[in-house]
Amino acid sequence: MEFLGDVVEWFADPDHWSGKSGVLFRTWEHIQLSAISVAIAAGLALTPGVVLGHLRRGGVLAVAVVNIGRAVPSFGIVALALPISIKLGLGLGFWPTLIALVALALPPMFTNAYTGVSQVDPAVTEAGRGMGMTGTQVLWGIEVPTASPLILAALRVSSVQVVATATLGALVAWGGLGRFIIDGFAQGDRVMVFAGGLLVALLAVATELAFSIAERLVIPKGLRLARNGGV
Amino acid sequence: MILAQAADEPFVVWSWVWSHTDDIWAATWEHIQLTVVAIGVGLVLSMMLSVIGLRFPRTYSPITWVTGIMYTIPSLALFALLVPVTGLTFLTAEIGLVSYTLLILIRNITAGINSVPPEIREAALGMGFTTRRMFWEIEVPLALPAIMAGIRIATVTTVGLVTVTALITYGGLGGLIFRGLNRFFNTEIVVGVVLSIGLAVALDVLIVLAERALTPWARRRVRVES
Repeated sequence: MEFLGDVVEWFADPDHWSGKSGVLFRTWEHIQLSAISVAIAAGLALTPGVVLGHLRRGGVLAVAVVNIGRAVPSFGIVALALPISIKLGLGLGFWPTLIALVALALPPMFTNAYTGVSQVDPAVTEAGRGMGMTGTQVLWGIEVPTASPLILAALRVSSVQVVATATLGALVAWGGLGRFIIDGFAQGDRVMVFAGGLLVALLAVATELAFSIAERLVIPKGLRLARNGGV
Repeated sequence: MILAQAADEPFVVWSWVWSHTDDIWAATWEHIQLTVVAIGVGLVLSMMLSVIGLRFPRTYSPITWVTGIMYTIPSLALFALLVPVTGLTFLTAEIGLVSYTLLILIRNITAGINSVPPEIREAALGMGFTTRRMFWEIEVPLALPAIMAGIRIATVTTVGLVTVTALITYGGLGGLIFRGLNRFFNTEIVVGVVLSIGLAVALDVLIVLAERALTPWARRRVRVES
């Protein structure tokens, strides 16, 4: 119980909140890099996923990508990004973390976009074609809206994973909330380790909740009803 | 200075690998042990929680809710939260690892058992099976493909998470990666990551083979069909 008192005291100390190594700045850093990484990964992976899904091609690739993505440990990606970044002359800190996080977010984005679009009921797309819709119109008017729940789920899963893994960026000399944990371990300061763990856990749960709420607001009503009734 | 050296260094110095095979094997063995213990304990706990969830359906959503939050908490954060309680020990590592297997396993066990056709259950009850015997001799075997699928995902995920536990135990293949990071020595990083991926793939293949051995009827059916 004494320990928890120390943790409360840690959070009550205004020095721990302000400045470049304070909670507020570290949290902002953490969110910023996570958002940039997810945005880059979405830009790179969603279009190929949607297009291949529309053409119904590359199913083997989609399965392989997700399996490989699962077998490669996230810590391994961060660790490997370091020598790659150094070889490219990009140095420590920001770049290896960004490279790792983008690489981490790509597989779920690609596979979910692919699966979502390729699994749209053929009866629906054929009805669209029968009504005279072109391939592009079928893609944007039918397949992408119908696949939107899976694509949004992919964004949520990737974002939570990116926020979680950004913590490991502290190991390659980047900032973010992982600093409290890694520095705490290095200095044997268990109160700081615990405080950092608490902050990272809260941010991850908050990310999950924020995306779940956004999904409820964005997904077309018809799909939501169909999903609740069907599954 | 160190960075300039690191930029010129090759990704793998093979002479280092050949002169450190003992260390590498010890790290791999430790990694396997941490993984197997986590999956074993996770499976027993998940079985118990699934039985509770199936017997008392009202408890199912709180169980998945709590294990879902545990699954969402990043591994490093969870270890950080556990260290003040259980210290820098293997116990801390295992508690974290086990907690990540629960959601995956419980979901698969429950889905597998719920998918057993009701007529099979009724036939068993009609033949005088008790609920307990029906669970172990009919429901679990029929749910085996779903359960094994869960064990595969949990195992592959756990192998990856064990690398992170090196931060508290300094052991396993993550230990190699950490030392490599701290010394800017690429070879140790690459060896650690590659072996971790290899281990995940190898264990996955082993589980698939085990599943085939455990469900001979599935194989027979395929043969009859083909």
